[in-house]
Amino acid sequence: MITTLPVELDDIQGLVRFGYKHHTEASFLLLRVSDRDAARRWLATVPVCTAETIEPPPETALQIALTGDGMRALGVADAIVDAFATDFVTGMAGDANRARRLGDVGANDPGQWQWGAGARMPHVVVLLYALPGKLAAFQRAIEAQCAACFERITCLTTSDLDGIEPFGFMDGISQPLVDWQRKRRAQDAERDEYTNLSCLGEYLLGYPNEYGGYTDRPLLDVDVVGSRLPRAEEAPERADLGRNGSYLVMRQMRQDVHGFWQFVDRCAAGNAAARDRIANAMVGRDRAGVPLVGPANETIEGGGVPGDLNAFTYRSDPHGVRCPLGAHIRRSNPRNADLPPGRPGIVSWAMRTLGFDAEALDQDLVASTRFHRLLRRGREYGVGVPLAQALAEPTASTETGLHFICLGANIARQFEFVQNAWAMGVHFDGLPNESDPLLGTHLPSADGRPTDGFSIPRDDGADERITGLPQFVTVVGGAYFFLPGIRALRFLATT
Amino acid sequence: MTPQDHFLVVAPVAAGKEPALRALLHSMNAEPGMADPRNAVVPFALFERLHFARLMLLDDALQADLRAHGVEPKRLPTCLAFLGDCDGPADEVLVDLAERAGPGLARIFAHCEGFGEGTALLEWMRARKRRSAASFVNWVGRSVRQIREEAALHRALAARVPRRPLAAPGDAERVHRELATWVTGEVGAGRLALTPPTPTPLGWQLAKLANLVFVPLVGIVALPLLIVGTPLFVYLLRRHEERDPEVCPRPVAADLEALHELEDHDITNQYTAIGAVKPGVFRRWLLSVLLLLTSFVCRQIFTRGFLARVQTIHFAHWFFFDDKSRVVFVSNYDGSHQGYMDDFINKVGWGLNLLFSNGVGWPRTRWLVHGGSRIEQSFKYYQRRHQLPTQVWYKAYPGLALVELKRNHRVREGLEQGTMSDAQALVWLRLL
Repeated sequence: MITTLPVELDDIQGLVRFGYKHHTEASFLLLRVSDRDAARRWLATVPVCTAETIEPPPETALQIALTGDGMRALGVADAIVDAFATDFVTGMAGDANRARRLGDVGANDPGQWQWGAGARMPHVVVLLYALPGKLAAFQRAIEAQCAACFERITCLTTSDLDGIEPFGFMDGISQPLVDWQRKRRAQDAERDEYTNLSCLGEYLLGYPNEYGGYTDRPLLDVDVVGSRLPRAEEAPERADLGRNGSYLVMRQMRQDVHGFWQFVDRCAAGNAAARDRIANAMVGRDRAGVPLVGPANETIEGGGVPGDLNAFTYRSDPHGVRCPLGAHIRRSNPRNADLPPGRPGIVSWAMRTLGFDAEALDQDLVASTRFHRLLRRGREYGVGVPLAQALAEPTASTETGLHFICLGANIARQFEFVQNAWAMGVHFDGLPNESDPLLGTHLPSADGRPTDGFSIPRDDGADERITGLPQFVTVVGGAYFFLPGIRALRFLATT
Repeated sequence: MTPQDHFLVVAPVAAGKEPALRALLHSMNAEPGMADPRNAVVPFALFERLHFARLMLLDDALQADLRAHGVEPKRLPTCLAFLGDCDGPADEVLVDLAERAGPGLARIFAHCEGFGEGTALLEWMRARKRRSAASFVNWVGRSVRQIREEAALHRALAARVPRRPLAAPGDAERVHRELATWVTGEVGAGRLALTPPTPTPLGWQLAKLANLVFVPLVGIVALPLLIVGTPLFVYLLRRHEERDPEVCPRPVAADLEALHELEDHDITNQYTAIGAVKPGVFRRWLLSVLLLLTSFVCRQIFTRGFLARVQTIHFAHWFFFDDKSRVVFVSNYDGSHQGYMDDFINKVGWGLNLLFSNGVGWPRTRWLVHGGSRIEQSFKYYQRRHQLPTQVWYKAYPGLALVELKRNHRVREGLEQGTMSDAQALVWLRLL
């Protein structure tokens, strides 16, 4: 019998619960261990903000995550490191197959990354968040402490673009609602409605996930660990190094804002309304965040209230006439249920389950959304480019883009699946050989056919098809980190 | 239509020859595990009736899991398996292979027991050919030629269709008519081909009909026995389910890497897995009956693009090995491995449990369909650990996914249908 323990907010890093939106200033230090003992001492004591609510919010917040290489550099035993998920241990840039799946080929090739591969593989990322005006001093102080124990690969700076990503669209609108109260029973049951409420175990190790199961993680001998770590819920005789921790996926994505708007402008032959229509179609929302699928008036469990920007699914638009099937937000979050929609009753259920409902089958090309959610914590970087300037001839502007960050308990099923099957998938929802209009590399597929199209379905004729999409977003760095619980962090630093 | 068939030629690898065989198989590839279609050993591309083919080595490493049942495993030889999915009778393709790729195949099989100088290749292969216990064909009757012709048709039409609103009544219908006329012209000029389907072989139809009658008939005859036996069956099933050991350790990292290396070079991937059937009469019989039923439904019902909710499997086969003590499962599927497994769990977890829970170590099931594959972590470890690298794999239509094959066929049907209403024509145009 599994005892449901209360959620220990004071053992969880704050980033899992908060986006630190009041902390508009942030920077991320990518570090390699240079003095193991000093690094361990620092990690054992550095104050880390927890998931407890503090009013008013603290001026600054520090969060820490480690790579597998980082744990080894700190002297953590191989047997412990290797008990984390294989994807995490191998790393984002760890093998050619992963690169093929994630679209990290061509210009995205890890061999060309600014960080995240080879000697520029970080051991530790220190994420610094601060209220306006408070970052500089905070960062100086932390960097001074780190100088003795770490070598700095780079400091990733961020910009506060007011919730607008560099292409000019409102970002961060859709997030899963994490079931912190553990209201949902830990069991495996089919869900016939899209739900935005998501089990804690989808984001934190050591808690039941959407299957009612636990993700694999290092479970250690209590005799050795003593009371330094929490116990595993499903195996109370073992100490749980994963509990209250999460995997943190980080990717630096450079956005070609000029390239994007000038391409769209050419497609629109300079017509402003057509330009907006095409750009919105690629995103799936307008620049203010209003979903193209129409008035958001559905009631969705854990999904806000009718009228807000998230109260919608694509059920009323199965062919993508209002929001193209390949639109970025539709690919990233298809908002479907476990079973395609149909009439109520057991007969319809059985028909759909056995595949005998042809209409349902046609709408069954996309996996159940609830197993593939991401808790996004990214930040923009660089200088925002106003639309008028983006449309003008490119000047030597500075680099801008997104430090994409997402949290999840299962990198393979969450981040990698979404990136591979949904964003890069050239047949997502039956589409004709095209990848995500914003994220895709748009390189020809292995058989030489182009994937640089974007289809905008219409109900009065063949799809409108935009071709020749260049690559708008380039991955220039990335790594898989483990964002440990507080006790786990101290344990890793002292074991 | 041309029904699909398959062949599997299996032979033990001769002592000491495995390294050389691996090197030879490796030399046939353009990318890791991906056959060069025109490789010098077996130039698969010459064989236009071949959909998929693979060469793989089947070892017995997982037999050790039988110890969980208290059974000491027998040492089994490593075998070479040559599998093909083809149009028309498999034997005809084997004859063709022996004729046109004889020397290359002889070079391969020379690494196997019982193949030496002067061995008659075709007879040797025939003698080692086995049939599956159950097979799934995504679309029975869809030939390689048809797939290629329909892909070309779609490409041509997609480039030609007007991509503007057709607001006026009759517009869509008119465009459909114009395109149909244009295609007729292209076919006449030899720029497109739409080979009419061949007549369905009578023997095949009769065999299918006999199967349709015979299997339910046996069921009806056995019905009283089944009813009487149900309580005993339920008792035995639950007893086994509660006691059967789970063997789902995490796969070895190096083994995983070896599998990863072979994957995601094409939109389609291959899967080969092997495992021991749980010892004892109960599981052996249960699996035999369930595979018989699987074979029946795949032959009679799931012949048009879907296996229950799964629409991403091109071909799949279950083979019994070693007097039904082992099962080999092979498939060709669209998408990445992770997606394939998620599809399996979420769409047909119950179906997987029905069959594979009779294998040693499967995650614990309840009532044959619950649990099992839905125990995500255990299942994912299990299926990866049981997977074997496929040394050489060939696909006749690289880059093409099943959703496209289905769509392309709908396009063709819409052409051949002749007249259409405006609404029908709109639906058809949107396929382009």
